Formats: sequence, C-alpha cells, structure tokens
Amino acid sequence: MERNSSTGPVADPAPVGEADHVSKSFGETRALVDVSLEVRPGECHGLVGRNGAGKSTLVSLLTGLSRPDRGSIRLAGEPAPGLADRGAWLTRVACVYQRSMVVPPLTVAENVFLNRPTSGNNALVNWRAMRDRAHELMLDWGFDLDVDQEAGRLTVEQRQIVEIARALSIGVRLLILDEPTAALEKAAVERLFEHVKRLREGGVGVLYISHHLEEIYEICDRVTVLRDGELVLSGRVRDVPQENLVAAMVGTAPPKRATEIEAVRKTGALGERRLQVDHLSVLSRAGSVEDVSLFVRAGECVGLVGLDGSGSATVADAIVGLVKPRSGTIAINGAAPRPGKVDAAFRRGVGYVPQDRHARGFAPQLGVGENLTLAVFDRFARRFGIVSFTRRDTIAETLVEKLQIVAQSLTQPVSSLSGGNQQKVVVGRALAPDPSVLVAVSPTVGVDVASKEALLDALGGARDQGVAILLVSDDFEDLRICTRLMVMVRGRIATEFDRPPWDRQRLISAVEGLDVAV
Amino acid sequence: MAETTAEAPVATKRPMARRGVRMLVLNFFRELTLVPVIIVLMIAGAIVNPVFFTSSNLINVAEGGSALGMVVVAETLILLTGKFDISLQGTFGLAALLGAWLIAPKASSGLGAELSPWLGLVIVLLVGLVVGTINGFLVIKANFNAFIFTLAMSILLTGLQLGWLGGQTVYALPEVFIYIGAESWFGIPVAVWITVATFVAAALFLRYHRVGRAMYAIGGNLEAARAAGIQVDRIRIGVFMIASILAAVGGLMQAGRVTAVTAGQGSNLIFGVFAAAVIGGVSLDGGRGRMVGALTGVILLSLVTNILTLSSISSTWIDAVDGAIILIALGLAKLIGTERA
Repeated sequence: MERNSSTGPVADPAPVGEADHVSKSFGETRALVDVSLEVRPGECHGLVGRNGAGKSTLVSLLTGLSRPDRGSIRLAGEPAPGLADRGAWLTRVACVYQRSMVVPPLTVAENVFLNRPTSGNNALVNWRAMRDRAHELMLDWGFDLDVDQEAGRLTVEQRQIVEIARALSIGVRLLILDEPTAALEKAAVERLFEHVKRLREGGVGVLYISHHLEEIYEICDRVTVLRDGELVLSGRVRDVPQENLVAAMVGTAPPKRATEIEAVRKTGALGERRLQVDHLSVLSRAGSVEDVSLFVRAGECVGLVGLDGSGSATVADAIVGLVKPRSGTIAINGAAPRPGKVDAAFRRGVGYVPQDRHARGFAPQLGVGENLTLAVFDRFARRFGIVSFTRRDTIAETLVEKLQIVAQSLTQPVSSLSGGNQQKVVVGRALAPDPSVLVAVSPTVGVDVASKEALLDALGGARDQGVAILLVSDDFEDLRICTRLMVMVRGRIATEFDRPPWDRQRLISAVEGLDVAV
Repeated sequence: MAETTAEAPVATKRPMARRGVRMLVLNFFRELTLVPVIIVLMIAGAIVNPVFFTSSNLINVAEGGSALGMVVVAETLILLTGKFDISLQGTFGLAALLGAWLIAPKASSGLGAELSPWLGLVIVLLVGLVVGTINGFLVIKANFNAFIFTLAMSILLTGLQLGWLGGQTVYALPEVFIYIGAESWFGIPVAVWITVATFVAAALFLRYHRVGRAMYAIGGNLEAARAAGIQVDRIRIGVFMIASILAAVGGLMQAGRVTAVTAGQGSNLIFGVFAAAVIGGVSLDGGRGRMVGALTGVILLSLVTNILTLSSISSTWIDAVDGAIILIALGLAKLIGTERA
C-alpha cells in the first residue's frame, strides 16, 4: 500500500505516451492528419470519434503496430522503439482490445507471466514464485481474481483484468483500453471504473476509448475527439459540455449530410403486426439483450439502431433463430416458431440479410443465379425434385434487374463480384422467397455509394409492397428508408423515434447513451 | 486510503495456497480419467487368460507399447501447438529402413556397403530431422494445410519404403543397431526405459520450461502468444523437427524388437497414435492436454491389443474390437470431462 504515498502532484509530469503531429495514410485514405495527443501519468484520457474517425489508426501507431508517415511517437519521454523491437514496445505500452488476448488453457498466473522469466534469468518456470507474484499483483491493484483459475473459464470482465495485470506486471505505464465496456454488464462497468481510478492513483496513464460518452464524463480527466482523421476537439472534460462533444463528433453538416436525415413519411394505414417481440432477453458474447419488446407492421421499416455490443444484432439473431433467447417470446405472423431454430423461422416467412456476408451470406464459388435462388428451390423444381433451369433463371433475372446487380452472366461466381454486388446478391436471396418479415443487419456496410442507393431502393420497394422490415444498422444513411427508429443501449431499448425526419444530433446522443429528451 | 484498507482482507494467502493444492489434485484426476478403464481392462485380462498377470506378459505389453509411445509423445507435442503430423508413421518406417539398408549385408536385402552400425543410427536420426524440417517449414512458413500436406508426405515416405526394396525385408542387423529394441536392463527392455524417460522428460519440459509453456500458449491462442513476444514460428518448426526424430527412434525400437525392418513397418500406426493421444485428453484443437494423459492412452491401447491376442477372438476380428474399444474410451473421456470443449 506504499504506492498510494506517491500519488499527488508529481515533480516530473513527462507524458507516458505522446503522439506528436502524426499523419498516416492508407493509399488514398487519409486515416490521420496532423494529430497530437498526450497521456500524462495518473491521467485518464478519453478518445472518442465515430467509426472510421481514426481511433484505431492512432492506437496502432501508439502500440507500434504501424509507423506514422509524418510526426513521431514518444513513450515515457523517449522516442518510440523500432517496429521490429516488439519486446521494447511491450514494456512501454499495452492495449486491451475488445478481442481477448488471453490463452484459455493456461491459468491466470501463467497468462500474467506469459513468456517471461519467473525467477532470475532462468528458462525454467518456478510455479510457486509465479503464483505468489501474480497473487501479490492482484492484491496490490485490488483485483479479486483467483490466479490458479483456468483463463478459459473467466468472464469477459475477468479476462480484461488478466490483460491489465499482465501489462502492469511488465511495468507498462501507458494503458490503452479499447471500448472496454462494450461487452460488460452494469456492475462490471462500475468495477472497471474502480480499477481505472486505482490505476490513475498508481501513476498509470490510461487512454480510454469509448462510444459511451457518459463514461468519458465519469472516468476521464481530458478528452480528445477525432473526426475524419483530424483532431477536432481536445480539452478538460469538465470544460466540455456534452452538446459540444456530440457536435464535435458529428461535425458541421455538409450539404448531402443534412443534420436531419430525410426519411419516408408513411402515409395511409399500416397493416397488421407481422413481427412481435415481447420481453426478449438473450445472453450473448456479441452483446446481451435485456427485456426488449418491439413490433413491426406490414409495410413498415423499423430501424434498430445501436453500437457494437448494444445487443441490436443479437435481437436480429434471436428473431431468425440463430441464438436461443433466455426468456421472452417472438411471434411471426401471429405464431411463435420454435426458438433457436433457423428453418422454423424461415418457414414462418422470415427473410434474413446477415451481418457478415462472407461467412453467412453466400456460397462464393456458386454462380449469381444459383445464389439468388438458394432459398426458393422448391419453386422451380419439377416433379421428383428435378430442377428446371429455365424457371430458375427467370426468377434470378427478375432479382438481378430489381437490385441492379452488375454481373457478366448468371453463372459468374459471386466471389468474383465487387463487394457492392455481392451484397446485392445477399439481399436478393433474402427477398426471393417473398418474405413477409425481413430482418436485415447492416445491409449496406462496406459497399460503394451507388450500390448503397440500389440496395436501399430495393429494401424500400419491398417495404412499399407490404414487407415488414427490421433494419439493424448503425449507418445513418440506411435509416432513410425507416419509418420508425428504436435505439438500443446496453441491451435495452433506450429511446424510440416515431416520426421522421430524424435529428442527427439527438440520434447520436441517444445511440451513445446520453440522456436526451426526445 | 480508507477504501484501500477496506479492500485488503478480500483475499489472504492461506486460502489461496489451499486452492492451489486443490486445483493440482483436481487437474491430476482429470488427466487420470482412463485409470478406471485400465483397471477394468486388467481385470478382464486376468479373466480371459491367466497368463495375463505374469511378469513376462506385462513386460511384453510394455515393450509392445514403447514404440507406439515414442510416436505418441511426438504427436502430442505437435498437437499441443495446434498442428498435427500424419507423416510420423512414414518416418517411423522409412528412417529405420534407410539406416538398416545401409549397414546390412547384401544377402539380407541390404545395400552391401556394410557401413558402421553407428553411422546407421546417425542416418536414422538424420532422416527424422530432414523430414521434420521439411514438414515444419512447409506447414508453418509456407502455410500448407497440415492435414493434406503431411498426409501426402506420409504416402510418399511409405511408398519410398516399399519401392526402395521392392517389398523385401532387411534382416541380420548388427547388434548396435538393434540394441534399444532387443536388449534389457534389470529385466526390463531398454525400449521401455527410453520411452518412459522420454515421457517424463517431455512432461517436465512442458510443465517447467518456458518453451514448454509457450507451446501451450501457441496452441491456446496463437495471436496472444505472438503478442506476448513468443517466437511462434521458430517453436512450431522446432517441435515438428523434434517430433520426427522421436518417431525415427520409435522406428528403431520396432526394428530392434523384431530384429528386422519390414516394408510395412509403420503403416496404419498413426491411427493408434491419434487415438491414444485423444483418449488421453490431448485436444486436437491445440493447447490442452498433458503427457500423463497421453501415457494412459498408450497403456490402454497396448492392453487392449494384448488382451485381444490372449483371448480366443479370431485375429480377423481384432481390428473391429480395437475400434469399438477406442470409441468407448472416447465416450468415457467425454463423459468424465477430459476432452472439454
């Protein structure tokens, strides 16, 4: 407990980590432009910005995974080591990524001392010394964790602690936490904050990256905002009002990106409730869901908006049966298919555009025509299940036209198409069986502008023909086809927007988990 | 400050030490899930044939398992790092054959050069080293799929072994060459001593050497191992090399035991090797498993083979029974929880 005596103003406040006018480009994309940032010992420095603002690039520069094109990185007051010298980087800076970097079969103690001598300069492992030192470390920093436990059995929260403990035991004084609370429950977040406070008292500098702005206000001393690779705001947290922070993240609106997102005003009567979700709770690594209720009527497109880990994608997974809910009911066209069964959901008329098109979206080596019609074989099969190719091609051609898919022929393998056209095939396949409910997860992610328009038009067309669409997305451009929005934060529906147009600023505040009056 | 002191009594040293001991005992038992199966088998063996419990028969079981055991150690090392090597059985056969061929007289299918038997031993180890190096570099550095690459390598090596001598057997081997397979120390075959020593050395290395722990880290989470500064590729290639050398030594034991190298030595051995490792709790996904477990796997398979031979079951049925018993052992291991997801 001596450590505490060293807190308070330090004589030499040399920053533990410093980026000095760094720039970095990847081909044409300017990921970072002349950004400067410093993390002082005993400080928690918040780093915020929307996806693609340059946060990850800055982290990769600070952790030595890449080198700045211009500018320099300094760690603990010294110029950064060369990229090849991993060992030197490891002793100066550590980043706890969302992706876990613990080794599941090894114990907590082993993970903490991974690849490091445990006694003297010996190649042999001294188990007792290792356990004792790991245990001491846990006590010193107030982590309540059994060091003999197998790391594979730890919760996400505990794995983070293992990684933090590892960094501390190496002597790291700059700790980067990359969205550490994304997969944590409320109580775990509180405990994490306690740990961060203790790290600060111990003279560690923390760079805290989060989408949740309320966390920045709770835990950080200073905050830096990146937008489109540029530093747009930096200052003491208490001097920056929330509105300014949000405004800095969103930026002033260029002509096309109006502050208000235009969206269809649905006129006329809406149909019956095609999709009804009641009190849904799901446990999931990708973001748990807590007591979510919603419904989608025929001819309606409901946008489910949330950050990674907010549970919005998990809701979609539960509806199509990819995950089994812990409790709650999902009814499609008035009847509940067997939970956790994908084919049952599909038989009830659900169409699905998966998030990861490469993993679940299409069979890459098969042709465009075949991929489009995978779900509707029975429609063009003649007797004894023999496939009629002419009938198949007719169906496929209609879809190609509707979605403006650019392909040389129906037999061209989907793997050779551009990303935008691949995504059109995925959406086309989901629309082929004329679903009554369509669940689309980030349908336009990673595609070019023209494809995006075509995709949104196709989805909008389906909506107008009476399909009930649940659109899960955090891309605000997608929301123009929505008639209603529900915002999810930490597994719960936080806010509902029921009349377009959507106010960009209010929407962002809601998504980031700030309290706003709607 | 008040907060800090309040947190202090959360954990003290004593319970942690006790927990450590409990974990050790638990771990130990988890590795020994096959022991009850082995005991049941031994009782069955005694019932099937009273000869079973004679010391000569038990030594026979140990001797029969020792060559297999060497290859199981080899495969376990590779499995722990998250790869596997099917061609160990090819090395098992070809290395011994090449060594024998170079030193045996023409009359017994040798080359006739009659090189020094010591040189023959060096050749055996060298073949292991060369095959292991090729496998290691191509699977790890050139990123070939371990399954298909080592399968092809295995077919190649076995084919060479068969083609080289046109299917003949090399015999009349000098004493030095067959020493480890044919001689005994204190009434127990040298091969058994060597295999047991190898198991113990491998177990200690895996438990107490940094590289041994690094192997678990590599198999458990490759990216985390790399990020911790472990020289992932170097260790994985090294493991391939060591493993092939161990397999070559196993082949030498086999050759010494039957005082000849047949054209078919080693073929189909690898299935038993994988079976022993997996029922002994070694994960095919890497990072999980221990030498104690692999050893119980070897003992179990050797016992099964022995009991089936002693029993009156027709030899044509032995494979079927063998397979059934492996399946049962796998099921048991799953039930008791050795092979955890």
